[in-house]
Amino acid sequence: MVQYAHTGKESREREIPAPFVSEGKPEQKPDKEQTWEKKFNELDRYISLYAKEPGQLIIILQKAQDIFGYLPEEAQAYIAEKTGTPVSEVNGVVTFYSLFSTEPRGKCALDLCMGTACYIKGAQELMDTLKDQLQIDAGETTADHLFTVNTTRCIGACGLAPILVVNGEVHGNAKSGEIIKIIQKYRKGEDSESKKH
Amino acid sequence: MKVKNTEDLREIKDKFFPLIKQRLGHRNGLGITQVLVCSGTACSSAESQDFRLELERELERRNLRDNVRIFKTGCFGFCQHGPIAMVHPGEVFYCQVKPDDVKELVETHFLSGRVVERLLYQNNGQRANNIEDIHFFQAQKRIVLRNCGVINPEDISEYIARDGYFALADIILNKKPSEIIDKIKKSGLRGRGGAGFPTGRKWEMTAAQDVKPKYVLCNADEGDPGAFMDRSILEGDPHSILEAMAVSGYCIGAAQGYIYIRAEYPIAVERLEIAIDQARGYGLLGKNLFGTSFDFDIGLRFGAGAFVCGEETALLQSVMGQRGEPRPRPPYPAQEGLWGKPTLISNVETYANIPVILREGWEWYSGHGTASSKGSKVFSLAGKINTTGLIEVPMGTTLRTIVFDIGGGIPGGKKFKAVQTGGPSGGCIPDKYLDLPIDYESLKEIGSMMGSGGMIVMDEENCMVDIARFYVEFTQDESCGRCTPCRVGTKRLLEVLKRITEGKGEMEDLELLEELAFDIRDASLCGLGQTAPNPVISTMRYFREEYIAHIRDKTCPAGVCKALLDYTVDEAKCAACGLCAKVCAAGAITGARGQPYRIDPEKCLKCAACVAKCPKNAITKGIRKEDVNIAETGIHTGTGGQEERAAL
Amino acid sequence: MQRPEYTPGPVVRKKGQLYDNPEKDVEKIRLTIDGREVEAEKGMNVLEAARLAGIEIPSLCYLRHINEIGSCRVCLVEVEIKGTKTLQASCVYPATEGLVVHTSSPRVRRVRKTMVELLLSDHHRECTTCIRNLNCELQNVADNLGIRNIKYTGEMKALQVQNENSFIIRDYNKCIKCRRCEAICSRVQEVNVYSALNRGYDTVIAPAFMQDLSKVACITCGQCVIACPTASLTEKECVESVWEALEDPDKYVVVQTAPSIQVTLGEVFGFEVGTVVTGKLVSALRRLGFDRVFATDFTADLTIMEEAHELLERLDGHGKLPLLSSCSPGWVKFAEHFYPEFLENLSTCKSPHEMFGALTKTYFAKKEGLDPKKIVVVAIMPCTAKKFEASRPEMGTGDFKDVDWVLTTRELARMIRQAGINFHDLPDEEYDTPMGIASGAGAIFGSTGGVIEAAVRTAYFLTSGQEMDLLDYEELRGFSGLKEVWIELKGRKIKVAIAHGTGNARIMMERLKAGEQFDYVEIMACPGGCVGGGGQPIFGAREHKEISLDYRHNRADALDRIDFSRELRRAHENPAVKKIYEEFLGHPLSDMSKNLLHTYYTPRGKEPGLNLGGMKGGHAGHVKENIPPHDTQYIPRDELEPKI
Repeated sequence: MVQYAHTGKESREREIPAPFVSEGKPEQKPDKEQTWEKKFNELDRYISLYAKEPGQLIIILQKAQDIFGYLPEEAQAYIAEKTGTPVSEVNGVVTFYSLFSTEPRGKCALDLCMGTACYIKGAQELMDTLKDQLQIDAGETTADHLFTVNTTRCIGACGLAPILVVNGEVHGNAKSGEIIKIIQKYRKGEDSESKKH
Repeated sequence: MKVKNTEDLREIKDKFFPLIKQRLGHRNGLGITQVLVCSGTACSSAESQDFRLELERELERRNLRDNVRIFKTGCFGFCQHGPIAMVHPGEVFYCQVKPDDVKELVETHFLSGRVVERLLYQNNGQRANNIEDIHFFQAQKRIVLRNCGVINPEDISEYIARDGYFALADIILNKKPSEIIDKIKKSGLRGRGGAGFPTGRKWEMTAAQDVKPKYVLCNADEGDPGAFMDRSILEGDPHSILEAMAVSGYCIGAAQGYIYIRAEYPIAVERLEIAIDQARGYGLLGKNLFGTSFDFDIGLRFGAGAFVCGEETALLQSVMGQRGEPRPRPPYPAQEGLWGKPTLISNVETYANIPVILREGWEWYSGHGTASSKGSKVFSLAGKINTTGLIEVPMGTTLRTIVFDIGGGIPGGKKFKAVQTGGPSGGCIPDKYLDLPIDYESLKEIGSMMGSGGMIVMDEENCMVDIARFYVEFTQDESCGRCTPCRVGTKRLLEVLKRITEGKGEMEDLELLEELAFDIRDASLCGLGQTAPNPVISTMRYFREEYIAHIRDKTCPAGVCKALLDYTVDEAKCAACGLCAKVCAAGAITGARGQPYRIDPEKCLKCAACVAKCPKNAITKGIRKEDVNIAETGIHTGTGGQEERAAL
Repeated sequence: MQRPEYTPGPVVRKKGQLYDNPEKDVEKIRLTIDGREVEAEKGMNVLEAARLAGIEIPSLCYLRHINEIGSCRVCLVEVEIKGTKTLQASCVYPATEGLVVHTSSPRVRRVRKTMVELLLSDHHRECTTCIRNLNCELQNVADNLGIRNIKYTGEMKALQVQNENSFIIRDYNKCIKCRRCEAICSRVQEVNVYSALNRGYDTVIAPAFMQDLSKVACITCGQCVIACPTASLTEKECVESVWEALEDPDKYVVVQTAPSIQVTLGEVFGFEVGTVVTGKLVSALRRLGFDRVFATDFTADLTIMEEAHELLERLDGHGKLPLLSSCSPGWVKFAEHFYPEFLENLSTCKSPHEMFGALTKTYFAKKEGLDPKKIVVVAIMPCTAKKFEASRPEMGTGDFKDVDWVLTTRELARMIRQAGINFHDLPDEEYDTPMGIASGAGAIFGSTGGVIEAAVRTAYFLTSGQEMDLLDYEELRGFSGLKEVWIELKGRKIKVAIAHGTGNARIMMERLKAGEQFDYVEIMACPGGCVGGGGQPIFGAREHKEISLDYRHNRADALDRIDFSRELRRAHENPAVKKIYEEFLGHPLSDMSKNLLHTYYTPRGKEPGLNLGGMKGGHAGHVKENIPPHDTQYIPRDELEPKI
């Protein structure tokens, strides 16, 4: 869940949300803005598709999250404007549901099931391993934008408990050692990719 | 084609029934072999789809596609041993099949006609040739799940071949709403979502409202951790829900239905989308059903991760695209629901019972179960149990039958400690109630509840204080924040529990816990808050000695609560190298060369850095052992099981 | 979007009567409360039925008709259902025939106590230094329940207090999540600034993205402040700055009081609601040390002159119709955010207190030979929006702000207490001249309908030379917050309308958008007009049998009494107004008037805090630069010479 401990002034001052600001390469900015524009175009399609029926805010937000990877304030305000919903209400809905994220997620999303079955079969230990390995808490993203750790509600595959979902792929009977391997694999992959460039 | 009447349905049934008949055990000389591959979430997570695709490729390669046909099917319930593939004729039940097994399966079973023994379930050393031989299935009674594992959920024809939509046709063409409502009332069906409100009365209330339009809503927001009954029904038999909703729409006078489903259930969503499309294609949903003036259509609405949306008034808000916050009742949804209009809300399993009742008759249905709770109940069995899975038993079955007969008992020879029913709203039931026949009333009496049917088994290695903390943490996180007791109360409840599990509890905390728990229960606005303290209340009722051990003796008998564990050096193994003392950031380890090292439990931060460093594996964590004056506390706080403690 | 219909309209109430529409035959029911059989009306909830029977049930989140959500759980009572006693929130539980209720059983008292203790466990308890000390509903309830010790301790939030604006401070740490602010803002005012954000313990009731109120489409009306039971929402206090000015020997401090202050200030000092305390108000201000004590009623008369002429001009085809009144700064900001396409319809008249400020620093300064730089204008207003208005860059030029400090009625009361003035014993004194002379028309500016009535009276006189009869407003389709009437002016029939509360303003604007024809519309942001303003007294500590929101009707009656009691009834009869035109302004809508007394408006967008410029189809997010309208020539103030 997103914490708004302070007024969030920093984030409001930026013009384009973080992932679209290319660090150290300002010449790429127009490109990124184009992507931004494209994403809003796509969002428009969904809004016109769903806004005909009442009560479709949640699905529009889900689609927006699919498009942007998260729900930037700009997208929330845009949806509010287009659907005639007060922006406070849109923001209220976004912060109510745990599947919505108002911050960009890492390349590798590690979702640990914290359903009862998983918990009593040792999910907490896995969480400790994750925290220890990545030095972040649940709901946070590593500074290198590589990993995001989240706890999920029961995904209903209790026979395989404990469960770790890596970018949507279910890993059953997960063990701490396995988690470390997955993390290393992603780190390596990222390394070799950056070497290629 | 559009189905206009029963004859049209019969035509479809006749065409597809031979396939079904073979799956039901008839050797009807079809001349083909059918393979049903479980395609529920659990088996799919275990790569059942890879197996299916590999099997298709292999059959293609060997030119066997005409002789061996592959179907997706719904959950068999035997999730622990998935992926499951069932072969007909012969009802051969293969477990834990992998893509690598395909070749052997094809050669041995399909070409040579011999069963692949290796892939059969092992029952006490005996290979179970047939599903009937498996203990897990023997005490079950599959009423709601009758189509799961039998039909392909992605093919409406197979549902029709199982007599699906016949009841709908008959009702719309020949029956009055009041007749049907009467039947549902007489069947004794009660809501399977938790509280057990009589379904027929709910229909009657909604039907009696003189307001248009009305809505039918299906609650598929199965949020209880460890519960997956509704998901399995939707994945295995989606049409039964659609049919039931259409029937209820006809009875209460609604033309639009919604299914509110968790976005975390992608397979169920997909199956529902397919099912709705197919039903529309056959004219079983949409305008002018069976050529009458009755219209009924169903739309999907998605949850976005909020447990409280399982509460009916919160659900309404969420379906309308708002924050899922409950509101006070009255008015009830039957009076003012979606957009202020009368709305019938039932959960998935409740709807799944409707077609069966209508097909088999209320007399038949009410013949199952107990005096107050009729029919069967689907449970998802998980936790410390040998066979995790989905089961269906008649109401009134005992917990012992479920845990030990069906579930096969506790793994690793550990002792049973408790079974938790009803999810975060329920309670922990100790072993003394194992022989209690379970229904709505009996569970409530012992401080738990039916809930939607999640059952989590716990053994001696589960700490009940920690379990209570786990559940309160869950409800606290899922509280909508609207009313004071739930928003602040559960937070304070959690803080007290955390104190206790961290060894900082005081004896007065027990009183505080109890008082606060009861006040939250009595004062909360909705069901979530009202039941949130149940795990605390029930564990304090049955496992009070564990609380006291945590508070007074600062130990966790189950060895779970970290802060109460001690790291100790096994002096026999210690090589006195001093590495552990070097790595200890807290300076808790002392010793000298040549003498075993010691860890000061007061200073130890439980970081386990020393454990990792020790070359001799001489450092272990364990339950704190302290000299406790048994006479004073009257409670044994050692590591023994519960029975030992009871004996003292 | 579906919102329950709510129209804050005048409620005529008799003592002991709780429900509207006394003439309507209401079905009576009988129920048993605390062992006593009592009578109630069908449709009442248990809480109101009990109040009717003289039994007070504590509550925090309940606001009748506005916020009936049963969330604080403080009003729990035991209700017997099928023989078992269950706890129910009395504010949402319907009173029905034969119901048996226990409002003070040991269980009820214990659970209520727990609820309040839980609220207090997450509330920054700084009572002695809190702005709502001794006037706080939470404090009051805790006191009534006899809470001496809070058993539950734990995490307490420490969120940053939002005070980056000039009007309202939001302190999340004192919020008890009763949601009255949210309800009043979205259901009465329909501004929708607030929503619950996050969930569970992390819930906050906040503007979108937890922005400061200056960054969102807040109209600054302050209704949320009045609705707040604690000090979570308060006006931005500027008492200290006013003290400083008063103590500065170099400063010449001029104070003006809005018409409604004289009928509401007394309430704070224990006078009956609706008591007129004009004389005491004036003498209190003198004792506080203000150099001149004037009445905004004077510039209200001036506003009437200007606006009446503007109306006549527009009726002649110069400018857009309908003319929309502009004396309510909350309404003006509402229009700037939500109806920018109607900004040209807004009267260009500044609100009376700004006119007053501008004239004080020009006309009055010259006349008295004062250095305008040394004049400090303080306005006592029933309003938080006027705090924002005073900070608008267009309200003043260069070094001058028209009005330096705006104090709410509450702040003035605090100053009077701080100075140790015994309000009761104060003699009645008169306003200073010339800017203290006012007609009855100026006084009724303080309640809904007053502006239009006064302006039309004058316009009628200006065109026909005759006085007109009292307007007879016809209630329109049950919307008591919206009224309209045809009147004859300049030989043609014109249609005028009144709306108060921006929720009703929204209905009005939608009708205009749909093409309905009106000629003159008065809109006030607050329900009831200034008598219901966001700066008026709050009644937290009293028995909130009748909460402050319903006080406005008695206050409005008092204003009417002032109108009737004044010798002057028409703005155009005011000799001081006549004189200022002769000596200084020339005539209504003269260049001088336009310079000093008129203003312009700026579209502000619905989400001003976000830069949505880069966004596809981004709407005007940012406030445009303040460019004065082309037809007004601005003359430096120094060049303004009174024609004395």
